[in-house]
Amino acid sequence: MIYLPYAVAAWLFLVGLYGIVTSRNLVHAVTCLSVVQSSTYILLLAVGFERGGTAPIFLDVPVGTKAVDPVVGALTLTDIVVGATVSALLLALAVQIFKHHGTLDPERFRSRED
Amino acid sequence: MTPALRRRVFLVAGAVAGGLLLWGLTGLPDYGVYPGPYGDVLNAVAVDERKATNVVAAVTFDYRGVDTMGEEYILFAAVIGVAIVLRAQRGETEQEPDEDAADRRAPGTSNAVRVLGLALLGPVVLFGIYMVAHGHLSPGGGFQGGVVLATGALLVYLSGEYVTLRRVRPVALIDLAEGSGAAGYVAVGLLGLAAGAAFLENVLPLGQPGALLSSGMIPLINLAVGLEVAAGFVLLLSEFLEQTLVVRRPGEVT
Repeated sequence: MIYLPYAVAAWLFLVGLYGIVTSRNLVHAVTCLSVVQSSTYILLLAVGFERGGTAPIFLDVPVGTKAVDPVVGALTLTDIVVGATVSALLLALAVQIFKHHGTLDPERFRSRED
Repeated sequence: MTPALRRRVFLVAGAVAGGLLLWGLTGLPDYGVYPGPYGDVLNAVAVDERKATNVVAAVTFDYRGVDTMGEEYILFAAVIGVAIVLRAQRGETEQEPDEDAADRRAPGTSNAVRVLGLALLGPVVLFGIYMVAHGHLSPGGGFQGGVVLATGALLVYLSGEYVTLRRVRPVALIDLAEGSGAAGYVAVGLLGLAAGAAFLENVLPLGQPGALLSSGMIPLINLAVGLEVAAGFVLLLSEFLEQTLVVRRPGEVT
């Protein structure tokens, strides 16, 4: 039994969360969120992987060749696109937060409001 | 909550969540042994049913076509969101940093970057179009090709002066591409309804697997998505570049 890819996914998820929780810079926090999200890519692709399977593209190989699951590939594609746009939106918010507070450190702009 | 306390709370919670995750992951099938059945069924029937040799594209744009339409609108909404969040705020002015302005923030571009950027531009745009057009045959498609096409615009920004390009960039054309890309997906879907079939159901001739003109409506959807993604990412790039290079806050020395 091999659990390493699953363990890598779990590790990326937790290490990214740790980064968000302890982040002192919003751009860093957005990057940590991408790390959390990349754990889902690994988990999805690992679930659909078949040993010895090729990519599910039958242009050069005949139909019937052992191939990995195309459904998780399509889901990962969706995941990546949504992740990229969410990052862009969060970074735009970070730009505006910097304009209003003069800092990207969540600790510092919270204490100014107190 | 102090950072130290928050870190300790997270370490406890993270240890519990990590334990639960690992426990749950051990219940998954062994890595490399695919239990099926959906992937195997699709790999067996998709090429014959849709004449698309890229089964991932067949899943994304045909079997799960409605989901992908929702996904395209997530992208559309996020681009609109960025444009709204970064719109000119009260007291902000737009000023093009002139060549001799004291606070000119745009650093000069080196000749190496210019030459490399211009040399890469043609191949990158061609590769992007190739990826969009062959999405139903080989790895690629509207999403991937669209991002590659947007990289072409980034190369133009890198190898030229952004402020100069800003005066000539076709904003209306990019907005039009963004809107028609988003609308194009729905239009292709309505094609099915107009022909008396279901929404997004293929009504075009399927052709032969491996041919450029095959797979029914999948290449059309790829084209719409490619247009939408390319225009969307160009808009995102220029919004962020505007913030750095053109927008001035009140009180800033100009």
